[in-house]
This record gives sequence, C-alpha cells and structure tokens, in this order.
Amino acid sequence: MYWELELIIFVFLILSAIVALEVKDLLVAVVMMTIFSFLVALLFVAMGAIDVGFTEAVIGAGVTGILFVVVVYQTSRKSND
Amino acid sequence: MRSKFDSPIVLLGSRLLAPYIMLFGWYVIIHGHYSPGGGFQGGALLAASVLLIRISGGRVISRLQIQEFATTPLAIVGVVLYFGTGLVAMIMGGNFLDYAYLPIPGMEADWLRYTGMLIIEVGIGLAVMAILIMIYDNMVKGEDHA
Amino acid sequence: MKALKISILVLFAAVLIYASADLPMRGDPDNLMHAEESITGTTVKGSYFIQNAYRDARTPNMVTVVLGDYRSIDTFGEQVVIYTAGLITLLVLRVTRNRRNDEE
Repeated sequence: MYWELELIIFVFLILSAIVALEVKDLLVAVVMMTIFSFLVALLFVAMGAIDVGFTEAVIGAGVTGILFVVVVYQTSRKSND
Repeated sequence: MRSKFDSPIVLLGSRLLAPYIMLFGWYVIIHGHYSPGGGFQGGALLAASVLLIRISGGRVISRLQIQEFATTPLAIVGVVLYFGTGLVAMIMGGNFLDYAYLPIPGMEADWLRYTGMLIIEVGIGLAVMAILIMIYDNMVKGEDHA
Repeated sequence: MKALKISILVLFAAVLIYASADLPMRGDPDNLMHAEESITGTTVKGSYFIQNAYRDARTPNMVTVVLGDYRSIDTFGEQVVIYTAGLITLLVLRVTRNRRNDEE
C-alpha cells in the first residue's frame, strides 16, 4: 500500500547495517545499530503490528543502546577487525 | 557511569527530559487497555528515564534516585504481585489466574477481568523496570569515571 | 576471500528473495490464517478471541486481552524468565567485581 515509503526505509536499513558492520569506531557502530532498530520499528508499524513496533522502539533503540554504550566505555573503543 | 569530559549541559538536558519520560511510562502502563502498550513497554520506558539520569549524572547523583539495594526488592514485588493475583483467584475457587474470581465486591465478571489485567500490568512494569536498572548497576564498575 | 564472502551473501539473499515470492500477500483477508476453519477442518482459536475479546473483558485493545487474560500463564513465564536473567547478572557480575577489589 505504502510501498514507496517502505522502499525508502529498506534502503536506509541496508545502509545502516553495512555501516555498522564496517566502521572502525565502536561507538559509531552502536549508534548505527540503534538507527537500525528504529527503522525496523517503523517497518513494523507500517505493517500494522503496532505493539511489536513499540516494543522494538523502546527496547532496541533505547535500553540496548545504553547498555552497549556502557560496555564500549568499559572496554576498548577501537575495533581490530 | 560518567564520561571524562564533564559537561553540565548534558545533565541539565537529562534532568529536563527524565520526568516526562517517566510520566509517559506510567501512561503507557495504565492506558494499555485502550491504546498500544502494556506492562513491558511501560516498564522499559520507566527504566530508560532512570538510566538517563544514571548515565549522565554519575554515581553520586543517582544515589538520590532509586538506590542500588532497592532494585531487587522491587523486582520481587512485581513478580509476587502477578503471582499473588493468580493465587488469590485460585484460593477463591477458580483456576490459576482466572480473574473472574477475585474478591472485589460489586463487580461483574468482565469488569473483574479488566481490573485483574490492570493489576498484573503494574506488576510486569515494576519487575521490568527493576531488572533493567539492576543489570545496569551490575555492569558499571564502582568508580565514578567509568 | 572477501570476494567469496560477499558472493555467498549475495547468493543467500537471492535465495531468500526468490523464496519470499511464494508468501501470501500481506493483509489479504483470504489468507489461511484469517479463515474461520483451518485446512484440516477444525475451527481456528483466534477467531474466538477476535469475536469475544471485548465482551469478556471490556477492553478494546485485543492484544492486551490475549496477553493478559487468555494467555496469562505464558506472560507469567516470560516475567519469570526476565527475573532469572536479572538474578544471573547479579550473581555473575558482582562476584567478579568483588574479586577485583580484593586483588587491588
């Protein structure tokens, strides 16, 4: 129905996933994963599953981001990969 | 946890934002019968509002909010609230978690189910909030500068 | 080696996209999971939930009724799982912190 909007969201989803995998700075990777979760939540809402989208936005884009930031600050910030 | 570059603007912004997130969390829990949301999402929002102050203010300021020793009893209160609702319904003659047998006078069976669902959602919200704060507190080391 | 990795990923994505062409259309009311009867002839339980959720619990949000009333024991198990995860982080991470403080 809203296939143009979903196509734009899918393109940004793939872009954020590739950036999160390839970047050297781990803090940037955490922010990119947060953006990925938020775009997935937008897709869930567009598909009609509002409760699942709400859960994904709160857990994936909020609390998981905070916990990953804590882990990055307590270990090293650069990735060797 | 507190970063090495200490800025009062971050703390001020977090202090401005945190009460509204907490109020919205309670709204999501209480209003979950009519709009999307429920105990899990509302509890995660409550935990996010507490963790925002904790991550920007450090250990000394977060001691003014929910302290570390208070998280485990809150989680137990949430689980026991859920289990106790089911147990009271079972003692009064129904099945486990059958809210139509709750001992509240002057209510029909459907409104009793409504009230029972409200009680267990508050329980889920308390448990999820306490568990997420507990995980954060156990991950951060003892020093102020993490 | 990197070319092999990328080619395997592209091949797997092509297989997934080809397989997703056979899925039913999203939101089509003639789908099998929206029918009153399943293909084996039994009635689908979800149609009872959809028709009677408001009458049983006076709640317009159907998802809350299914999670909190019809499937409440499942939700209770979920909450116990979350509680156990919190207790495990308390046990594992706090022990290592105390040991590090003793060494210093």
